[in-house]
Amino acid sequence: MPVTNAAEARRAKPDWPAVRLHVVTGKGGTGKTTVAGALALALAAGGKRPGDRRVLLVEVEGRQGLAQLFDAEPVAYEERRVAVTPDGGEVWAQSLDAEQALLEYLDMFYKLGPAARALRRFGAIDFATTIAPGIRDVLLTGKTCEAVRRRASHTHGGHGHGSHGHERSQQAGDRVFDYDAVVMDAPPTGRITRFLNVNSEVSGLARVGPIRNQADAVMRVLTSAQTAVHFVTLLEEMPVQETLDGFAELREAGLPAGGVIVNQARPVVLPEERLKKAAQPGGLDPAELEAGLAPVGLADPEVVAALSELATEHAQRVLLEAGQREELSATEAPIYELPLLTDGVDRVGLDLLAGQLRRQGAA
Amino acid sequence: MSEARVNRDSLNRGSLNRGSADAAGAEDTVKHLDLDGLLDSPETRIVVCCGSGGVGKTTTAAAFALRAAERGRDVVVLTIDPARRLAQSLGLTELDNTPREVAGIDRSKGGRLHAMMLDMKRTFDEIVLDHADPQRAEQILANPFYQSLSASFAGTQEYMAMEKLGQLRSRGEWDLIVVDTPPSRSALDFLDAPERLGSFLDGRLIRILSAPAKVGGMGAFKLLTGGVGLVTGALGKILGSNLLGEVQSFVAALDTMFGGFRERAERTYRLLQTEGTAFVVVAAPEPDALREASYFTRRLATDEMPLAGLVLNRVHRPQADITAERALAAAEELTNGKAAKRAARKNGNGAGNGRAAGNGAEPPLSAQEEAQAAQLAAALLRLHAERVVQSRRERRLTGRFLASHPGIAMLELPAQAEDIHDLDGLREIIARSA
Repeated sequence: MPVTNAAEARRAKPDWPAVRLHVVTGKGGTGKTTVAGALALALAAGGKRPGDRRVLLVEVEGRQGLAQLFDAEPVAYEERRVAVTPDGGEVWAQSLDAEQALLEYLDMFYKLGPAARALRRFGAIDFATTIAPGIRDVLLTGKTCEAVRRRASHTHGGHGHGSHGHERSQQAGDRVFDYDAVVMDAPPTGRITRFLNVNSEVSGLARVGPIRNQADAVMRVLTSAQTAVHFVTLLEEMPVQETLDGFAELREAGLPAGGVIVNQARPVVLPEERLKKAAQPGGLDPAELEAGLAPVGLADPEVVAALSELATEHAQRVLLEAGQREELSATEAPIYELPLLTDGVDRVGLDLLAGQLRRQGAA
Repeated sequence: MSEARVNRDSLNRGSLNRGSADAAGAEDTVKHLDLDGLLDSPETRIVVCCGSGGVGKTTTAAAFALRAAERGRDVVVLTIDPARRLAQSLGLTELDNTPREVAGIDRSKGGRLHAMMLDMKRTFDEIVLDHADPQRAEQILANPFYQSLSASFAGTQEYMAMEKLGQLRSRGEWDLIVVDTPPSRSALDFLDAPERLGSFLDGRLIRILSAPAKVGGMGAFKLLTGGVGLVTGALGKILGSNLLGEVQSFVAALDTMFGGFRERAERTYRLLQTEGTAFVVVAAPEPDALREASYFTRRLATDEMPLAGLVLNRVHRPQADITAERALAAAEELTNGKAAKRAARKNGNGAGNGRAAGNGAEPPLSAQEEAQAAQLAAALLRLHAERVVQSRRERRLTGRFLASHPGIAMLELPAQAEDIHDLDGLREIIARSA
């Protein structure tokens, strides 16, 4: 596959070689799910043989965003393959559900039997997964960390996802872990630290006991060098501010901050000296634009006016974005930029974004 | 020159019914959301702006409130999490849960604008303080379980937003309340979370948990079914006895407020169903946002909540009526130099100097200036082509939404080049579309 090889040759050295859990957060509307999908594709690429690389993509908010992203059937609690990279790497997806995770957990550790049914009947399961603060988050992060730690030889064990266990164990070969990497489409920036910092979230509540133990196990993975939390942002004031706040909170909580992924970056089409002028309304010389348009028969005053207005908008936007880019450098994190896909996100677009992430060293 | 025709109408008229072939059919039948009519009508008492995260709900709510106030209404806007600079421009420098009057608005029509930012924990504390005797209130506020619940439960913010709305309404000081909704996972949480929290605080589980603490143990167990022992036993196992104890003492302290929570949630819910309320679904012309808007629109209908219409935010529209293909072809010609040669020939000026030869009244351009002008024109034509493609996609997505929600009124708000952080910016958004 010469194209892939050429792309691989231009590839930057990956910035996160030791990371196996990539948590992707971002303010609503920044394209967090899209970036998580592209990152999963990027991490799944680069294997020597088909099936060499295997990445799990988990969603924790039950929106079925992953299914839509990959144009696949609804993703369930069971892990399912949703995409294959051109070089045969696999992306699996899973939609985590706190209630199911709790029932599974109860079954595994307590063998509750009829008591579990009683719990559900009295609203205790609903209480634990939707209302009791922190428990839901412990369950979702716990389930994700379990996938990160799961060893390849355990795939046919009874973790409730045995359906593909045999198919997998045949190709498992000499792999150590079931998944080379896990990418989490996480809650938005405003809630990410609280979501991941399950330890402090349950600390006021459970000083000892099973929830505490579970929280401790989760924190060991989340605070280790195996984990990185990436922030998706647009070059706009609010998402950038939230990114800066998010980085500060995350670091304060001792959680490992990853990179900044600037999404929907627009190309700059005017040279710098023109930008400053164009940023002022009417700043471009209409006569010059008219002269430029004349050879193609478009030197109409209305067109000139419309294009001047467009130039002003563009220039204002570019200057604003430059300012925001500057702000982002305060995070001292690697910054990656993904282009705006004007025609919408489809698999081709995702592959393009994944290629960008690899070239820039994000994967 | 005919190719350079610009649809003057499209520049002057509202953003609907532009003469674009692809979505024209769908948009011809679109009802325009009469925003001023809605905001001016004394019948309108509450406007709720809802939609998924990142679509500009807060800004839309603030812009509507400002417009209503400057058109003469006495307005309070309840915001959830405004951008810092926008908050400052509304005078919201501190989070104190009290409406503050906004300075710098045009009061010539007799209107006023107050703004406040929701502090969910404080709102929760206030309910406790209002409904329990001081000693019991203190117990509740100090309980670790209460502290986590009031600060971090994903539904608390939604519940408290509803609670605050009910409070503002019953104060009766304003004739219009504009509400922004919390940045939920999904727009529907706003409607569901209060019910969920209410039914928990008022529900069977709580009664079971509180039973042993209340009656001192076994007495209560006899009254209830055999499931209870199982439930408390299992909960103890999972939660650990500490946590269970804290939940139980919280519940015991909360006992006096039983019934209150659910009743309050239901009252606010019913308030939202009355005629004085208008829901505005805010969306951006993106698949995710429109999908959420679609769910929400259906849900409002199911719950008999009055929907005023859809606000489509951040819409891109091409300013000139040139197709993407034509613009790209022209840009290509300008870049590869063919255009210059052809123009030169047309000018009957075999030397190939075009206008630089000075055959018109315009000052001649040097070859370098000419190349720069061509470059500028090409760059802007490409930018225009991109805008056309984006606009086409937005129209397609919007058309699909409209087709599945026939009869819905819509208001388009154009994309802004810069972030909005002052009153002028807020005025501008509406002025450009209304």
